[in-house]
Amino acid sequence: MGKRVALTGNEAAALAMKQINPDVVAAYPITPQTDIVQYFSSFVHDGKVKTEFVTVESEHSAMSATIGASAAGARAMTATSSQGLALMWEMLYIASSYRLPIVMPVVNRALSGPINIHCDHSDTMGARDSGWIQLYSESAQEAYDNLIQAVRIAEHPDVRLPVMVCFDGFITSHGLENLEILEDSEVSEFIGEFEPEYSLLDPEHPVTFGPLALQNYYFEFKRQQADAMTKVAAVVRRVGMEFEKVSGRHYELFEEYRLGDAEMAMVVANSTAGTAKEVVDELRAQGKKVGLLKIRMFRPFPKEEIAAALSSKQIVAVLDRADTYSTMGGPIYNEVRSALYDEKLRPLTMSYIYGLGGRDVGLDDIRKVFSDMEASRTAGKVSEPINYLGVHE
Amino acid sequence: MAEQSAALDTRHERQYSTRGVVLMPVPTTLKELSKKPEILTGGHRLCAGCGAPIAVRQILKALETPVVIGNATGCLEVATSIYPYTAWRCSWIHTAFENAAATISGVEAAYRSLRRQGKVKSEFRFIAFGGDGGTYDIGLQSLSGAMERGHRMVYVCYNNEAYMNTGIQRSSATPLGADTTTSPAGSAIPGKPVPRKDLTAIMAAHNIPYVAQASPSNWLDLIKKADKALNADGPAFLNVLAICPRGWRTESNEGVEIMRLAVDTCYWPLYEVDNGVWRITYKPKDKKPVEEWLKRQGRFKHLFTAENKHIIEELQAEVDRNWQRLLELSEKTS
Repeated sequence: MGKRVALTGNEAAALAMKQINPDVVAAYPITPQTDIVQYFSSFVHDGKVKTEFVTVESEHSAMSATIGASAAGARAMTATSSQGLALMWEMLYIASSYRLPIVMPVVNRALSGPINIHCDHSDTMGARDSGWIQLYSESAQEAYDNLIQAVRIAEHPDVRLPVMVCFDGFITSHGLENLEILEDSEVSEFIGEFEPEYSLLDPEHPVTFGPLALQNYYFEFKRQQADAMTKVAAVVRRVGMEFEKVSGRHYELFEEYRLGDAEMAMVVANSTAGTAKEVVDELRAQGKKVGLLKIRMFRPFPKEEIAAALSSKQIVAVLDRADTYSTMGGPIYNEVRSALYDEKLRPLTMSYIYGLGGRDVGLDDIRKVFSDMEASRTAGKVSEPINYLGVHE
Repeated sequence: MAEQSAALDTRHERQYSTRGVVLMPVPTTLKELSKKPEILTGGHRLCAGCGAPIAVRQILKALETPVVIGNATGCLEVATSIYPYTAWRCSWIHTAFENAAATISGVEAAYRSLRRQGKVKSEFRFIAFGGDGGTYDIGLQSLSGAMERGHRMVYVCYNNEAYMNTGIQRSSATPLGADTTTSPAGSAIPGKPVPRKDLTAIMAAHNIPYVAQASPSNWLDLIKKADKALNADGPAFLNVLAICPRGWRTESNEGVEIMRLAVDTCYWPLYEVDNGVWRITYKPKDKKPVEEWLKRQGRFKHLFTAENKHIIEELQAEVDRNWQRLLELSEKTS
């Protein structure tokens, strides 16, 4: 079993990368991810990793070089945030289509404009349909744990898809946290050796990556990609169980916090879940039946499991740190609401967009959401389904 | 993609021994050239008379080890990799338009890592092919980054002087006055209003081990340059002229002759910058006027009128200036 250390989220992510010890890392600095690249550079320059470190000139090239390395049979990683992820956007789809098991920490930050370097989830939510698996992390501990599990998930023969491990900019990336880490040997044993099925570097068996597939074949490539996504949840669960044996920490597709008998439920991803748990405890102490569902795996979306966990609730409020600008609420809200559609019993639902551009979310904000839920439940209907929490209006 | 990738798993025709050593050395005669196995096979769907596959085949004749080829989006890529077929008898990767250099740099980084770990035994070379649109314009940043980082790779620009794959739009390699679909020979603006940029010089300014400009019309010169580029101790860049009969509006059987005119007029001088030493590799005995090159191509037809004659003069001045500069540089650095 591991030891306890005090690390920031970025230090934890960089440490996970060091312990994964990839063959190639190609990365570019961007606030608030920069520390990861810096820490990893010192591991390279101090000879602590076997990695070829490619200090690219942009995130587009970071993802392009990572794709090239992965297609060449290397275990390849990068890391990014916000505009960097946006610049990679074209290549994200290519990485998933080529079925390359790339693992990438993404430090969640607002997208421009206006430019803002602080936390929200518009970056990874914007990339939610790029064919990558997305795992969200409440804390540095979860970011670390998710990164190590992500290698196994991505490389699983049933999956072979890239994984983004998302955690909150500054709040998690720069906040110092007491966490438990594994020994290097435990990580290398857990992830094992990467055995690529195809490699550009097999002289006896040359391969083609990225041919032109027209009307007669393109669709089949995409269908296989969609099919691989259906196999992800089972792998995530299995890897989670194995990880628990090594770490003692339990991982599911999502976390249920005092949710079982709750009548009013909140759904949220990443660090705000910590604040929400405080309020849940406080309201439970007052005898209110409230609970929390914390998103972990957002892509693929665990629709049956989430529907089963929420369908018996009287009301559900979904908090999104990103807007879809569809006028239909946040991205998690839309998925949750859609997942509940086929249920016989359907709770009332509310969408809250919160914390854009790093706007602080406090206990009072979460208390307000629960009191709104209570009012709507009493009224038996939701009069304001789409809400902006903590905005000056 | 499992099944589909397997279908693409084109076995070598035992062209390489298991140690990755090619059975034949770099050819220096036409007879040797014809005997060396082709890595880019026939059956691809490039146009008749296209300069790109001629350039590619000549360059690949210089190979003595297995190779991984990266291809930018463009004519060469779309016409050689139509799923479930491929014209390439080697490992090949295409990802997008602007990033062939970054993509192959990642492959090369993987190679260094895996070879150091003993996981890859064979020696490899790495070549990226991109057209002038994918190299001079949208891919310039990716190319510059890869060259600066010192990857042991060769980047080849097959330069047909416009975006031919999308239908002859001007690029920054398009010469002054050329008629393209986005710089048409109109009554107010007669073709491209600004001159081409000098990418070979820009690449030389990267101070990489080897930079050269070549043309398939001078095949031995091109193969020798490819050989030097492939064996340079670091990044190398080749800018290779490649006729596009459709875009240049020429007959498909006169490509080599027209490309030779580009060389003989010094519109496309053949030279190299070998570890900082500039060397002209072919000096025409009789430097022909630039009209000789222009008049053979429909894209310059509108220049041969009284009101547009000044454009030909400007082109000639550009060619002369550039040639003079090359003569001085080769004298100064050799």
